[in-house]
Amino acid sequence: MERLHFATVGSVDDGKSTLIGRLLYDSKSIFEDQLEHIEAVSKRRGDDYVDLSLLTDGLRAEREQGITIDVAYRYFATPKRSFIIADCPGHIQYTRNMITGASNADLAIVLVDARTGVVEQTRRHSLLVSLLGVPHLVICVNKMDLVEYDSAVFNRIREEFEGFASRLDLRDVTFLPISALAGDNVVSRSANMPWFEGPTLLHHLENIYTASDDNRIDTRFPVQYVIRPQRADTLDYRGYAGRVAGGMLRVGDDIMVLPSGLTSTITGIDSPDGPVEQAEPGQAVTVLLKDDLSITRGDMLCRPNNRPRTSQELEAMLCWMDDAAPLQLDKIYTVKHTTKLARGKVSNVLYRLDISNLHRETEINELKFNEIGRVTLHTTSPLFFDDYHQNRTTGSFILVDESSGQTVAAGMLLSPRS
Amino acid sequence: MKSALRSLIDESVTIIREVAAEFERPAMLFSGGKDSVVMLHLAARAFSPARVPFPVMHIDTGHNFAEVIEFRDRAARDLDVQLIVGSVQASIDAGRMQDATGPRASRNPLQTVTLLDSIKEHKFDAVFGGARRDEERARAKERVYSHRDAFGQWDPKTQRPELWGIYNGRHKAGEHFRIFPISNWTELDIWQFVADYNIDLPSIYYAHRRQVFRRDNMWMAVSPFLQPEPGETVTEELVRFRTVGDATCTAAIESSATTIQQVIAETAAARITERGATRADDRISEAGMEDRKRTGYF
Ligand SMILES: Nc1nc2c(ncn2[C@@H]2O[C@H](COP(=O)(O)OP(=O)(O)O)[C@@H](O)[C@H]2O)c(=O)[nH]1
Ligand SMILES: [Mg+2]
Repeated sequence: MERLHFATVGSVDDGKSTLIGRLLYDSKSIFEDQLEHIEAVSKRRGDDYVDLSLLTDGLRAEREQGITIDVAYRYFATPKRSFIIADCPGHIQYTRNMITGASNADLAIVLVDARTGVVEQTRRHSLLVSLLGVPHLVICVNKMDLVEYDSAVFNRIREEFEGFASRLDLRDVTFLPISALAGDNVVSRSANMPWFEGPTLLHHLENIYTASDDNRIDTRFPVQYVIRPQRADTLDYRGYAGRVAGGMLRVGDDIMVLPSGLTSTITGIDSPDGPVEQAEPGQAVTVLLKDDLSITRGDMLCRPNNRPRTSQELEAMLCWMDDAAPLQLDKIYTVKHTTKLARGKVSNVLYRLDISNLHRETEINELKFNEIGRVTLHTTSPLFFDDYHQNRTTGSFILVDESSGQTVAAGMLLSPRS
Repeated sequence: MKSALRSLIDESVTIIREVAAEFERPAMLFSGGKDSVVMLHLAARAFSPARVPFPVMHIDTGHNFAEVIEFRDRAARDLDVQLIVGSVQASIDAGRMQDATGPRASRNPLQTVTLLDSIKEHKFDAVFGGARRDEERARAKERVYSHRDAFGQWDPKTQRPELWGIYNGRHKAGEHFRIFPISNWTELDIWQFVADYNIDLPSIYYAHRRQVFRRDNMWMAVSPFLQPEPGETVTEELVRFRTVGDATCTAAIESSATTIQQVIAETAAARITERGATRADDRISEAGMEDRKRTGYF
């Protein structure tokens, strides 16, 4: 059974945590003790109904303030598919936690409150989802119960969103009118909205096709760890362990090692289950080569006729995530890209994106907390990379502040504008 | 098509290798409980045919089930890893803390002191734990690479962003990371792995007859460390354990499941969570786990 990883995003109070509670509840994935617990807490607080958001808001501070601060992961399965849910916070100051939850997602659900429509955080999160290359998007117009299940409200919000989203890079967008609280169109079809002919949310999640989302063409294997057993029976074993970042590896394939440019042939592939003939994106394997080459962590295997780009001067979209200090031009940060560590500095902010209207603001020389901009990055050694849109693994990196150790930025590598 | 278990294994193996590559002195917590057994098997597969390049460590409260301790020693030998035991009794004898006393005393919270002392003594900078996010609501919030300050504390408010599969293990001297490679596994995934890979577990995970008594709606096992109070009657029941920890705070469940497949069927139909059914220590308060984690617990 295949697993779908999805994130719920959108502004504070638009109903993300309630929706997850509803999905778990209606798919019978809530355990009795969990339900008793949230019933007791709701009752003690004097709520009129059981607050399903308590299922994911697990931290003391979250319960005290009634908000989501950090991503919560929940798991559930139906006979068709199993799911990992990342329930993301909506507040702007916790955007970095939202990015954490959405970066690996196959699908994002953007919640919109039917009464308020598209607001700034809807736009910010949709932009981030598009920059992060999340392949599938579902816009849930929520709280339809509070607008008398009116199709005109749904259609207006849909148009509003489409007007904004036409300038984003979104491949697959679906709109659903729901009530997370009452359950309309979440797991069962709503009798209150006969005008809506689309699927329920769960039906959509169970049936969405994701197998074509991986890049299975451009072979990329960042070397993570060299396995050299110091045991008498396997003295000659020398394997390169890592996770396939793109394309396929097959026994017998010719490969090239970067940065050395040396070539060899794959003589064996060991998986956690033993030897295999081939490996696909996402698989953790150990590759054996015909020749005894000098290969270390941070090197990359590819096909001789299909290489990643190699450069020390890169262009990237950068999300600045440090609340302690803004991005400083020419300051040295540690760059972590695939399994490679380098040091680097941003020499130029080409533009900053204004979230509300997607305007590009130039003449900028810093990025503040939660700002997004296109930058030029120089690294101390070359990176082997692809455009983020081609490959989410070889196209992404983080910046680490060398004195605080904090992860201060997430970057997505792009082809330079010609 | 990739199965769900397949991608979980790939993710866990990748995390374990990443830590081995980036940290100076990693260690893996190993109690003989099913999650840590699965984690250790994943480590063995991550480095095969080489040995696991770090030791395993057990924090022993001295109040563990004998079958589990025996299993622990045998498994470490079979998988050819070095076993370090941090002893709560030794910490008490050394005056690091006082033993828990009173009728419902449990050494469970005392483990934190011994754990942090052992991490310091061996200068470990990364400690793998077998916690799963589906276990508990504070764990559902924790990163795979979870930073601990010089006092071993977790601060849920300042967790680092953790994007894609890129992990940041940068830390200052004296700080360390807890690493959770099986974060995304559920109880059912663990059992599926045990079945598919024919993994040996301590016998107490399968149904057996045992002397038990009822306390707080749970079946507690009679042991040298836990005796019934007046009014609690001992009976013999057919039970098994869903989780295995300190004998004073781990309860058994009624079960007739003697094979892996029967356990899987039972787990799939369970209406109560693993910890909810069996852990007295989680019932302390609404944020019991979060509070313990903040001060350095597993
Ligand atoms: N009437 C109504 N209220 C809802 C609905 N969904 C969520 N709410 C309420 O909106 C508030 C915020 O919900 P929550 O799930 O915490 O939002 P989050 O901040 O996006 O996670 C809570 O009081 C919910 O009960 C809905 O469909 N209808
Ligand atoms: Mg929420």
